[in-house]
Amino acid sequence: MSEHIVSPKLYLLIFAVLMILTFTTVEAAKVDLNAYFASLNVIVALVIATCKAILVILFFMHAYYSSKRTKLIVFAGFFWLAIMLSLTLGDYGSRSWDAH
Amino acid sequence: MHRTGELSGQFQTLQQQKESATLGMWIFLSTEILFFGGLFLTYTINRHTYADVFSFSSRTILLKWGAINTVVLIGSSLTMAMSVWSAQVGKKKLVTLFLIATLVLGAVFLGIKGIEYHDKFVEHHVPGLSFDMYYCTNNPGACDLSPADLAKEKVELDELTKKMGGETAVNANSQLFFSLYFGMTGLHALHMIIGAGLLLWLIKQSISGRFTTQYNTPVENVGLYWHFVDIVWIYLFPLLYLIDRH
Repeated sequence: MSEHIVSPKLYLLIFAVLMILTFTTVEAAKVDLNAYFASLNVIVALVIATCKAILVILFFMHAYYSSKRTKLIVFAGFFWLAIMLSLTLGDYGSRSWDAH
Repeated sequence: MHRTGELSGQFQTLQQQKESATLGMWIFLSTEILFFGGLFLTYTINRHTYADVFSFSSRTILLKWGAINTVVLIGSSLTMAMSVWSAQVGKKKLVTLFLIATLVLGAVFLGIKGIEYHDKFVEHHVPGLSFDMYYCTNNPGACDLSPADLAKEKVELDELTKKMGGETAVNANSQLFFSLYFGMTGLHALHMIIGAGLLLWLIKQSISGRFTTQYNTPVENVGLYWHFVDIVWIYLFPLLYLIDRH
């Protein structure tokens, strides 16, 4: 098989980074970041979560090592999610007659 | 692809055959992304509308369990990835060992979820007829809270009641949070239980030595499913547990 075999060392490294990110997100929630910038707490939390998700997708799920065809399918799923989120939140966000 | 990894007639190469399995799994995962995505969307809109209530309700679920579960689940993704690696390098015994490790960590996760659900039941935070955000503060000693924590919760709850204009409003809107909490973590837990079933199926086959360097597609595909369930939790944790911990 011509598949690329990811080494256990890399898996452990990714796991370590994921642990650091988990610790960071918990500590960040204990700080009032909203005082600096509106909604900063949730933005930071989502950015960290997305970094974790990207690491899992690229390395645990081997997306980094897969063909362009596979990468496209991976991207498509999240692209469709983006459509659903942006259109629906755009709908709610543009309602001035309702408290959202 | 019949059960041994030999080339099936409709494929030109083994690599193409293998890739088609991966593609199929990812297409299924796309449907799962949208499935959970709908719930996350509902959560987002309701959290924006009832920010204060969501913030308070989130603080009644224990951070430590969520954090421990995050570590446990990411750890299970590590052991799952190691199981795939073991199959790729032909270490058959390790395949079984890592699959069992993944299953055990998954069971730990579900056990902790059970503890959390039990706590919510005791505190009358399960949506329904007996839902009451004021139960713990009205019945000191009924919930597992230290007197200091209980006093703090009473102060916050009184503020919230004033802001929301009454107990009915607080109860109605916090039921929203807990409906979403149980709905989203419940759906996630259901996926973990299905994953556990898949792992048992894999363990049985790995014991009979079915996964080799030539054929380990089922392990890889269950791995993709398991990692996806991990990713859902990676988003659930900050959104449900870390709204406002300061």
